[in-house]
Amino acid sequence: MTTKRARVAGFAAAAAVVALSLSACSGGASASTADNTSIATATDAASAGGMDALVAAAKKEGSLNIIATPGDWANYQEIFDGFTKKYGITINPSQDSASSQEEIDAAKKLKGQDTAPDTFDIGSSVALANTQYFAAYKPAGWNDIPDAQKEKSGLWKVGYYGVMAVGYDANKIKTAPKSFGDLLKPEFKGAVALNGNPTQAAAAAGAVAYATLQNGGTLDDLTAGVDWFSKLKKAGNWNAADGKPNTIASGETPVLLDWSFNQKGYATSATIKSGGVDWKYVVLPGTAYVGYYNQAISKDAPHPAAARLWEEYLYSDAAQNAWLKGGAYPVRVDAMQKAGTLDTADFPGTLDKVAVMSDKQATDAGTLLNSTWANAVG
Amino acid sequence: MTETITGAAAPAVDSAAGISDTETRRQPSSSRPAGARPRTRRRTGAGAILGLTPFAFYVVVFLAAPTVVAVASGFVDGQGRFTLSNLTGLAEPAIAGSFFGAFWLSAVTAVVGAIAGAALCFAMLGARQGGVTRSLVDSASSVLAQFGGVMLAFAFIATIGAQGLVTVLLRTVAHVNIYENGVWLYTVPGLILPYLYFQIPLMVITFMPALEGLRPQWLEATATLGGSRWTYWRRVGGPILLPSFLGSLLLLFANAFSSYATAAALVGQANNIVSLQIRQALISETVLGRANLAGAMALGMLLVMVVVMLAYSALVRRTARWQR
Repeated sequence: MTTKRARVAGFAAAAAVVALSLSACSGGASASTADNTSIATATDAASAGGMDALVAAAKKEGSLNIIATPGDWANYQEIFDGFTKKYGITINPSQDSASSQEEIDAAKKLKGQDTAPDTFDIGSSVALANTQYFAAYKPAGWNDIPDAQKEKSGLWKVGYYGVMAVGYDANKIKTAPKSFGDLLKPEFKGAVALNGNPTQAAAAAGAVAYATLQNGGTLDDLTAGVDWFSKLKKAGNWNAADGKPNTIASGETPVLLDWSFNQKGYATSATIKSGGVDWKYVVLPGTAYVGYYNQAISKDAPHPAAARLWEEYLYSDAAQNAWLKGGAYPVRVDAMQKAGTLDTADFPGTLDKVAVMSDKQATDAGTLLNSTWANAVG
Repeated sequence: MTETITGAAAPAVDSAAGISDTETRRQPSSSRPAGARPRTRRRTGAGAILGLTPFAFYVVVFLAAPTVVAVASGFVDGQGRFTLSNLTGLAEPAIAGSFFGAFWLSAVTAVVGAIAGAALCFAMLGARQGGVTRSLVDSASSVLAQFGGVMLAFAFIATIGAQGLVTVLLRTVAHVNIYENGVWLYTVPGLILPYLYFQIPLMVITFMPALEGLRPQWLEATATLGGSRWTYWRRVGGPILLPSFLGSLLLLFANAFSSYATAAALVGQANNIVSLQIRQALISETVLGRANLAGAMALGMLLVMVVVMLAYSALVRRTARWQR
């Protein structure tokens, strides 16, 4: 998704944001007696009766339902542990390998039950198409989020982003690939896999987009990327298995195109090391392909206070640094760098040339992949 | 000749529905000598209806209702308004191609499974009925015909996956790399092998009773009239077995056509069969707003299944003529 459209509306949005946060602040003092019903509609900590009231209400709820965010995705495990330690709230993860669309489906199907998801970690196109299921909320740190990376009323906001990277098992692949051309060489026979199917999973579609950029194409038309994969298949280097931590550990997928924040998790995973795999990853020279993952609170969250507290925690320095440690770029990266609160030891450096898909480009990419992908690699 | 009543105890069930329920699909075997037991009169009335209720309830709640809901979803758009546009979506090359892919996969595994299964049945005729070999094959077939889904997929990944036991053994001991040109197990043609794993046993279960129904007297009669063994197979055995063989073939086709879990667990990339296209339409986060197209595809699959199962039940009826 991009940000062009949001940028056009930038000034108006910024003005609205300022106005809203001011009014929210002034309303905060009088709302200190807020009960759970008002917390369910609170749009920031102040309107929830202040941070202390929010924490108390969340503790009373006692748990938080999270969907499609496994602990090994973007270093979430550290964030889960930190949250539970700080607030004593149990996290119930579900459907680890579900897609963003399935997160929304789960919210629809489980509506009214106490197992329904409280929050979403969701790709941009699905977020844009489903805003009616979100509750607006602005956590502390909201103003640090660039305007283009949030919906101005707080329905969704980018949490972190990653760049596409090529991961490989250094025990099998002796020289790191320096370009997509290298991946067509015989030493990559049957090796190169994706994290999912591009017609279904954003991470895999991102890999096709990356292949497009690396082969002289633009995000307006991913044909160059699809063609490259068809060449990969002809060279016998294509690996049709779904790349996941367990396929890496077993050696099924010795090369995997995936987000940087997953690659770093694979490289540090004890399970993967114990499989005799020495996982490394590279971001190739040239334009980097960026994918945003957004945070949103379910309108029908069974634990509305815990969901809001979770978001407060996600945008705190602790969780933002945890994402950074996991190989992602947290959305408050620039502000934290200025404030000196960023863990610079984990910071891979600013990206100089990046490409992000606009909403229209994402739709066109979906249409193209839907009609060409199966034949390109089938 | 010793007679058993095992086959005779199970009635033929030919609903177009319970494909997975192959165990109950045994046709009545002719092993019961004609007239050996008096036929009980069919019971009618309240008692029979009461007995049917649990099953009927089960079928309505878990089969009929979901089918209606799924198919109906194909006739509305994202806002719940009536539309026929999902049906035109079936003509999209990717979707039409997936129907073709499913046809192709089902046909190949049905034909190979039917021939291999029939050959196994013929071989079994040589084994003593009730003997160890025969009951071993019989019970193994009953179990393996039900062995599908994620378990089957995992069994194949663990044995002949890219790092499977057999693959690695072949590579290190025999220096044969079965994946020289890429790992085919995770593609649609790669499904042939796992599918045969349940297709052949299913063929044995459904075809064996027909083969057992061939009476030695028919061969003797042919010989008495001066016919050779070849004449017998061409004029008597063949024609009697043909409808049963074709019926089993159709059943195998339907079985493969409706399979989902095995394919879903193995094939991640090229969703060239229709059940995987339905998954894609429902869960995709890159191609949005196609959930209702899944309903239209379900309708397409349903039509194929209805045609196949009607043909199947017609053939079963014809087969049954010789199995009284």
